[in-house]
Amino acid sequence: MSYNTLKSLVVLLALLAALVVFGRRVYWLLWDNLRHGRPSGRFRQIGERLKGLLMFVAGQLRLFRLPAPGLAHFFIFWGFIILSLTILQAIVEGLAAWARPGIALPILGTFGPLALLQDLLAVLVAMAVIYGLYVRVAVNPERYKGSHKSQGVKVLAFILTIMVSLLMMNGARIALGEDPLQSWRPVSRAVASLFSVVGEGGQRAIGELAYWIHLSVVLIFLTELPGGKHFHIVTSVPAVFLRNLGPPGRLPPSEGVSTVEGFRWRQMLDFYTCSECGRCQDVCPAYASGSSLSPKTLMMSLRDNLMERGRSRRTAAGGNGAAIGAGVELAGEVLSEELLWACTTCLACDQECPLFIEHVAPIVDVRRYLVLEGRMDGLLQGALNNLGRYGNSFGQSERARPKWAQGIQPPIKDARREPVEYLWFVGDYASYNASVLEATRKAAQVFQRAGLDFGILYEAERNAGNDVRRVGEEGLFEMLAEQNLRALEKCSYRALITTDPHTYNALRHEYTLGADGRPPILHYSELLDQLISSGQLSLSRRLGHRVTYHDPCYLGRYNGVYAAPRRVIQATGCELVEMAHHHDRAVCCGAGGGRIWMKEAPLKERPSERRIREAVALEGVHGFVVACPKDLTMYQDAVKTTGHQDQLVVSDLIELVYQAL
Amino acid sequence: MGHEILIVAEHLRGQLRELSYTLAAAARAAARPDEDRTTAALLGHGVEGLANELDVDQLLYVEHPALEEFTSDAYSRVLAGLIEERRPRAVLFGDTTIGADVAGGLSMRLGLPLVSSCLSLRQAEGQIHFVSKVYAGKILAEGELPAPTALVAMIPGGYRPEQGRRTNPPALERVTPPALEGLRVRLKGYAEPEAGDVDISREAILVSVGRGIQRQENIELAQELAEALGGTVSGSRPVVDQGWLPSTRLVGKSGKTVKPKLYLALGISGAPEHAEGMSESELIIAVNTDPSAPIFGVARYGAQLDVLDLLPVLSEKVREAKAA
Amino acid sequence: MKIVVPLKLVPDLVEELEIAASGAELDTSFSRLLLNEFDEHALEQALLLKERSGAEVTALTAGIEGADEVLYNAAAKGADRLVKLSLDFPKSTNSHAMARLYGTAIRDLGPDLVLVGVQAHDSLDGPIGPMLAEVLGMPYVGYVAGLRLGDGCCVAKKEYPGGVTAEVELDLPAVLGIQAAEQPPRYVAISRVRLAMKEASLEQQVAPEPNPGGAAAVCRMYKPETGQRASMIEGDEGTVAGKLLEIFREQGLL
Repeated sequence: MSYNTLKSLVVLLALLAALVVFGRRVYWLLWDNLRHGRPSGRFRQIGERLKGLLMFVAGQLRLFRLPAPGLAHFFIFWGFIILSLTILQAIVEGLAAWARPGIALPILGTFGPLALLQDLLAVLVAMAVIYGLYVRVAVNPERYKGSHKSQGVKVLAFILTIMVSLLMMNGARIALGEDPLQSWRPVSRAVASLFSVVGEGGQRAIGELAYWIHLSVVLIFLTELPGGKHFHIVTSVPAVFLRNLGPPGRLPPSEGVSTVEGFRWRQMLDFYTCSECGRCQDVCPAYASGSSLSPKTLMMSLRDNLMERGRSRRTAAGGNGAAIGAGVELAGEVLSEELLWACTTCLACDQECPLFIEHVAPIVDVRRYLVLEGRMDGLLQGALNNLGRYGNSFGQSERARPKWAQGIQPPIKDARREPVEYLWFVGDYASYNASVLEATRKAAQVFQRAGLDFGILYEAERNAGNDVRRVGEEGLFEMLAEQNLRALEKCSYRALITTDPHTYNALRHEYTLGADGRPPILHYSELLDQLISSGQLSLSRRLGHRVTYHDPCYLGRYNGVYAAPRRVIQATGCELVEMAHHHDRAVCCGAGGGRIWMKEAPLKERPSERRIREAVALEGVHGFVVACPKDLTMYQDAVKTTGHQDQLVVSDLIELVYQAL
Repeated sequence: MGHEILIVAEHLRGQLRELSYTLAAAARAAARPDEDRTTAALLGHGVEGLANELDVDQLLYVEHPALEEFTSDAYSRVLAGLIEERRPRAVLFGDTTIGADVAGGLSMRLGLPLVSSCLSLRQAEGQIHFVSKVYAGKILAEGELPAPTALVAMIPGGYRPEQGRRTNPPALERVTPPALEGLRVRLKGYAEPEAGDVDISREAILVSVGRGIQRQENIELAQELAEALGGTVSGSRPVVDQGWLPSTRLVGKSGKTVKPKLYLALGISGAPEHAEGMSESELIIAVNTDPSAPIFGVARYGAQLDVLDLLPVLSEKVREAKAA
Repeated sequence: MKIVVPLKLVPDLVEELEIAASGAELDTSFSRLLLNEFDEHALEQALLLKERSGAEVTALTAGIEGADEVLYNAAAKGADRLVKLSLDFPKSTNSHAMARLYGTAIRDLGPDLVLVGVQAHDSLDGPIGPMLAEVLGMPYVGYVAGLRLGDGCCVAKKEYPGGVTAEVELDLPAVLGIQAAEQPPRYVAISRVRLAMKEASLEQQVAPEPNPGGAAAVCRMYKPETGQRASMIEGDEGTVAGKLLEIFREQGLL
């Protein structure tokens, strides 16, 4: 048998073997495992989704949030797409070798500019890969902690090998004078010149060796792809296409997840799509404070659990898909309870992820199960009992809720009794927490000064339930929402305002207010912005303080309100200096997701203290401005515990406005 | 015709409980001088000398091996017989883990009214008036003890135990107990509290914490103040139930009774079960955000503050003062 | 093994307490009721015994405002039977009356064990447990913080002052006054309670007229006077700390 015939045979067999292995794994992982998940509903808005593919897959937009790795990946991604033609070329060449060795692909194999592009890309990809290896091996940043580093290095080495072997193949062919497009391949020509020292036989040998290396690495890579960190190569397009277009502030309902099959198949796709890049881990406040929670390792654990259960199911009962027992418990063992409760739901992870993986929603799904089982610490239990009984987590009577408003002249309108233009849904912390009451009173006075027609619900208001939902107590959330809606139904108002971003999020996304044309819901920073710019509220003083502003998670990342509070700060005549992490990169204070109701975990550093240190590092800045009552208490405490009382004063946005009146 | 005021003395593991002296003092207060007599019932085995300092006119000693340790069944049977036979004007029990186990049952069995959580008794114009704490100490209730016989379960705090003490022993009368067979309640053994921890009843300064400390992590703040002052941390029931402090630090009805020079009640509401364990402290200072907390009824000084705000500031000031 | 847990509702002390116009009782117009904390522990202990040794747990309460919710809550936690004694209850019924009412109902249930909270803050005429035991002709031990079942008997861990505890054996059937369950009362998700509301059934029993004999009449109820109260130190934490330091110095405590 001639070499070429043997070549064709081996390529054919290798290709078939690789395709079978790849195909089977993809079938098991994507079809068989996913079909055991819950339904995921219809996916609409195709146009929007295609646009998403364009921006986030083709454009790799989110990757550029880290500029250098983003650029490197952009080249590797596009390089791979365009160079896949050379892989196709190699396969076709191999299969046809017995009849027509040296065959080129029609059109694509003869197009000069394409050849040039491929040549340049091969170099760029190699450079990007070398950069990647440098980062992984020499720099070894924190975000890779917990990732499969060896897998990452191996695949980078694979890609590098594929590039080098490609250039060597091209170079050998050019050296043998067998490439009609050689004038289009400057890099390959340079490689070819290296081979001039070797005779024709040697050049052919190099060419063939490079070919076999090229092909084998490609096929090995192919078979290892499914189920590892590079599975995203296959799953990223469907994942981005099918991403959740709804507002992140609206959590999808579920019955609570006790085994991985309780997730929707769309969520399972997310578990596979995680490339272990660690960008989420880098921005996670829980991880930074020393908790065992990392959104990245969360996804990895869920992926591994999904695959393991799939394997067990297939081996048990002769692989006919019979149900398997609990095995290792999802809540408590695969994912420790500490991890599950550590999440503040700040959404930094979901925001950062280039592949739109949702990390918060699966955590809430498992929390729902823990709540049904009554598995939570005593403090959270106490807070939930209080919320159920008194409508607030403090355990104080409903009648004490409007106490903060005593003494305000003229008395604040009772929205239950008379129509108002703005119904002010005050929120628990703003009503009951001693350190926040002053800010609430000032807000009332500012509204009065602006001549606003506003009222409150007095004793009828209940916790809006945002964090109750995020803690996983669906039944309690529904009960609180029912109570609030009953109270609101009877009122007549044009718009809702609130001082609390968590309340804002719940009212905007979790409540169904009015059939359609729901009343506008404004955070007070948006309201103040409107009032100041329209002139209804005039500020007579210019404060001249140098301040920084902390974007609350539920106002910023969840609802995109960044500009309004900043305009208000500037309108008071203060100079705004941004912290290193601002806008959608702002770092959570650590109170969200019900954490403020829970036992504090043993920590390296509290998220709130970290943030204060970030602020203190800004030169000449003495004011830390917040727009959320929980932020106010958390940061006031943090300033004390870090000993910076003399350097930094924490104040609510409303206090600035009040001062500037 | 003079009446008898009968008290049920309490002892545990060979020691007469201090509340017995309080009962004696209360009995005196309820008795018309020169008309009524006070009697104490002492049930036990080989303990006839235990009540020698009790200030009562007569001691009824009931001796039986089955009465060596308190069990509700045995004591109920004996007391039922005694009460029915003697028909006293009032029977005073301790409102304790001993007395409260039997008082109610006897009330139901003998058809005699019961007043519980009683702080003090006084006699006036032939009537015996009671004052009791209700609603976790937030409310006081007053009334008259119904005639001809009433049962009273008393809490400490209305009298100083010394008022019920005297040097010469009371006249002793032995009473034959009824047959005590087929007892349905049997004591198997006692268990000591955790060893190796401080005895808070011997400490001169106690920094005591309640629900107002909010979280386990904040106990540290109290520790710091205790260290600065040279005292020890103790607590009320909610804190011990959560496991934030060992049970050896519990002050109150099921814990220890303490009488330190200084008792700082931080974030403690002062419900009767706690108050009875510390109300005799020399100086009580209470800090609580609730101005109507019953603790302010036993404290000499108070402040309406959040203890979490006060603790670090106070610790710092104490340290500074001691360094100077 | 049948366990009955009588549950009592008591005024919620979170509200300011007001005395009624008569001056001899609580003004109940604003007060609301909640489950007696110790009864919650009794229920928890019963459920723990059920989980450990398989028992049937019956929750029982008098039909006043809030009773249904308490029973459905108990069912959601794991109680097997729910019994409501329906009667036009006057707002304040004393422990003696309740003990007699519970006694009649419980006798018919034929339990081996009755677990009840050791005390309640509204029982001027004493806690229900010992009286209930007398009505049922059963032995009673109170201040129990741990329990295990034996053959025809049970062994209770009884608490004494000073952290001392004792193991006390009782013949069954018996009544125990629970101070604390071996584990804090479990949380029950509202969705489970709502499910219980749909699925669980309340057995209604008509209760006879309550007989409140055994209590003393109250002439006067009042809040402890301000005269008897502490002298309050005004100011923020800095000021208060300063004053306290002065007091400590005066007392020679520094």
